[in-house]
Amino acid sequence: MSWTTVCSLDDIIPNTGVAALIDETQVAIFRVNDSVYALANKDPFSNANVLSRGIVCSVQGTLAVASPIYKQHFSLAAGKCLEDDGVSIACYEARTEGDSVQIRIAQ
Amino acid sequence: MTDKQRLLIVGNGPVGHQFIESIVESGQSDQFDITVIGEEPRPAYDRVHLTAWFETREAASLNMVKDGFYGDNNITAMSNEKVTEIDRANKIATTDKGEKYAYDKLILSTGSFPFVPPVPGHDRKNCFVYRTIEDLEAITAAAKDAKVGAVVGGGLLGLEAAKAIKDLGLKTHVIEFAPRLMAVQVDEGGGALLRRKIEDLGVSVHTQKNTQQIIDGDDCVHKLQFADGAELETDILVFSAGIRPQDALARQSELDVGERGGIVINDNCQTSDPAIYAIGECALWGGRIYGLIAPGWDMARAAADHVLGGSEKTFTGADMSTKLKLMGVDVASIGDAHASTPGAKCYTFIDEKAEVYKKIVVTADGQHLLGAVLIGEANDYGTLLQFALNKIELPEHPESMILPALDGSAGVGLGVDALPDVAQICSCNNVSKGDLCAAVQGGAMTVGDLKACTKAATTCGGCTALVGQVLNAELTKMGVEVNTDLCEHFPYTRQEIYHLVRVGNIKSFAELLEKHGSGHGCEICKPTAGSILASCWNDYILEPQHASLQDTNDRYLANMQKNGTYSVVPRMAGGEVTPDGLIAVGQVAKKYNLYTKITGGQRVDLFGATLDQLPRIWEELISAGFESGHAYGKSLRTVKSCVGSTWCRYGVQDSVGKAIDLENRYKGLRSPHKLKMAVSGCTRECAEAQSKDVGVIATEKGWNLYLCGNGGMKPRHADLFASDIDTDTMVKYIDRFLMFYVRTADRLQRTSVWMENLEGGLDYLRKVIIDDSLGICADLEAEMQHVVNTYQCEWKTTVENPEKVKQFRSFVNADKGDKEIVFIQERGQIRPATDAEKITGDDLIAVA
Repeated sequence: MSWTTVCSLDDIIPNTGVAALIDETQVAIFRVNDSVYALANKDPFSNANVLSRGIVCSVQGTLAVASPIYKQHFSLAAGKCLEDDGVSIACYEARTEGDSVQIRIAQ
Repeated sequence: MTDKQRLLIVGNGPVGHQFIESIVESGQSDQFDITVIGEEPRPAYDRVHLTAWFETREAASLNMVKDGFYGDNNITAMSNEKVTEIDRANKIATTDKGEKYAYDKLILSTGSFPFVPPVPGHDRKNCFVYRTIEDLEAITAAAKDAKVGAVVGGGLLGLEAAKAIKDLGLKTHVIEFAPRLMAVQVDEGGGALLRRKIEDLGVSVHTQKNTQQIIDGDDCVHKLQFADGAELETDILVFSAGIRPQDALARQSELDVGERGGIVINDNCQTSDPAIYAIGECALWGGRIYGLIAPGWDMARAAADHVLGGSEKTFTGADMSTKLKLMGVDVASIGDAHASTPGAKCYTFIDEKAEVYKKIVVTADGQHLLGAVLIGEANDYGTLLQFALNKIELPEHPESMILPALDGSAGVGLGVDALPDVAQICSCNNVSKGDLCAAVQGGAMTVGDLKACTKAATTCGGCTALVGQVLNAELTKMGVEVNTDLCEHFPYTRQEIYHLVRVGNIKSFAELLEKHGSGHGCEICKPTAGSILASCWNDYILEPQHASLQDTNDRYLANMQKNGTYSVVPRMAGGEVTPDGLIAVGQVAKKYNLYTKITGGQRVDLFGATLDQLPRIWEELISAGFESGHAYGKSLRTVKSCVGSTWCRYGVQDSVGKAIDLENRYKGLRSPHKLKMAVSGCTRECAEAQSKDVGVIATEKGWNLYLCGNGGMKPRHADLFASDIDTDTMVKYIDRFLMFYVRTADRLQRTSVWMENLEGGLDYLRKVIIDDSLGICADLEAEMQHVVNTYQCEWKTTVENPEKVKQFRSFVNADKGDKEIVFIQERGQIRPATDAEKITGDDLIAVA
């Protein structure tokens, strides 16, 4: 699958996230300074599509988002849950092309 | 025939139960057949906290016997049965039901009975004692038709009984034979202050009154006639004139008893018959009855140890020091309170304004502490007790132990390092400093851990602070750093960060992080900084530099629910709403199909709104005249009110009007935790103001201000902070209180916990807020006025700005909603569908 442009970088307030819909997949996209990261939007602990609304953190140097429901952390780079080794969520490729934020979902 | 030893415990009170627990804890209970016989209808309950029964009126809340305890340990427990005879020769006890129980060892824990003075009329109706749950039930029933209650006896238990009667709504009198209250524990000066404090609470105190007879009253049920010719009328009479050991069974079976009662025991708690032990208030050791729980438990442990064949634990007397709260007044007495030791010298400190009395009794050479009396404030109890018990050398100026530290420095405390390992920290449960240190070395990291594994501080709680100090000292010694940093990104406490922001005029998190922190921040420091920045400068919280700091609910100005939807609460100040307002709320709820519920804070909560619906919902609510209710913020929630003097036949002030004023003054203030307030229009307190951070109760003369209460997981009654103050004074005090809290509290620390952790507690708070002891009141008021002047409805600001509204899109790239948000109809409204229901798919209601 090819890169999809979802929004411009200015659409995301620094150090926050937005949700995007790519086909039927809900993606949480985070902006840290001028870098972007993309994870599944679904929080596996509550099954609610909310991760884009979490607080962006650094935990012992690892960039992560804290779920707004029960506050577990998921690493932005890999989707790993930092509290529970057995849990991880989908992580997607994300990049900026000029002013555009682009996501690629592997099939 | 069993070869087990038969243990028969006569009397199932706290002390008898402690004996059984000691046997069970030894792990050797399978060597015994244990039977306990009690004459009350229920097994052991906590008589020390008997008065707490009034809070729940449930006997179960005082129960001391864990579920299944008797069954699990093969113990036979009989209630409603009384041993009437002991055949010592054949070792058989007979009960009033004619049952016979053979024993090898018999333990008498029959306790005491209340002494009722033999004045004529003492057996009239509505005359009670204060000992059992049944007594309390009878008093409560009689109080329904009564207006006046009197307690004969101004000792510890008498004052407890007086509190109970006052709480039942009766005009209350305390009648004492001696010249002062609590004559045993308290000296004259302390007694005078105690009396004044108790009279301030509306209880009439009559000392040096010798009741001659009780006859029919003119206005009440009884009339008491005193030796000095005075009279007093009352409907209910409670005798609390001391206790007498319950030694009838011992007398009848010809065991040695004392001249004035009490079963004589040796250091192993054996009576004159070595097969029979006596423990607790029925026992006489060294010519003395010990009427407190801790010595009773010590006796139980000593007796159990001896029965088990040990000889380590003996009973060799006990310290009778006590600390308690009587009707909200701290009272403590240590050792030789009356300075009866030859050559003893006293230091006394009296603060009539704050109503505090402190006295210490020291040895002739001034080296050691013999005793102390503390009234009105007893924070030094733990320290002083350790000095007395462990004969620790006093500082050069012993008076420094009780004088207030005027320069703001911490008073002369007792470093816990000075205590020997054998020092008893928790006298109720006999836990020494050494026991606590061993538990810390064994892995206990918190006061909670220590409570669980040593039982320290679990009975009266008087030693909690000391337990905490031992814990910290021991952890430090072990090299465990007690870290008070906010998080890994800031090596500061919340209070320090507040000052860095305020003093450094820091306006954004980026600036704060650059100057004082490291890394990117996290879900701890970001919301904390967001709250502090809002408290100080009160910017709109969704400005780009602040938006990323906001916690789940603040981020979208609504309360996130489990399925990712939000609930919406419009402000209804004081709980007042017009019919048109209510209709408008109803129409919005209906249009967006929201679940509707009335909150505990007297307003309406609308559930099930999706992110993209929020601005549209608020546009409609705002045009109907509503504004944000800040239900999502760590900020003022509501000011609850009763209807007050405008409508109510009993109200003395306009509580609704006052609640609206207060809510409009403090709405939007960001604080370390949520804040709740209430205003009641009279003393009936229908607004439940005493369960709030700030509670206001109308009086004939003005307002009574209560602070630092809360409901929730660990409810706490608010403390009366100031009485009969006018509105301006009240607002001034609340301004100062809230800002002082905002300045100094830890993150997510409610006002109750904050206050309990302030050194000096309520008295200190009074000094800061009323006397301006820190000289900061003008600043606090100015800071609050800034917040009041810069208030904005965050939702109004949001819906008026299309750029802000864009943040509420469900998807940045699609004008759609979340298809996975589905509801089910229940009781005429929606609720989130469960995972199972989502799979079956029946009757699902989708939003998008």
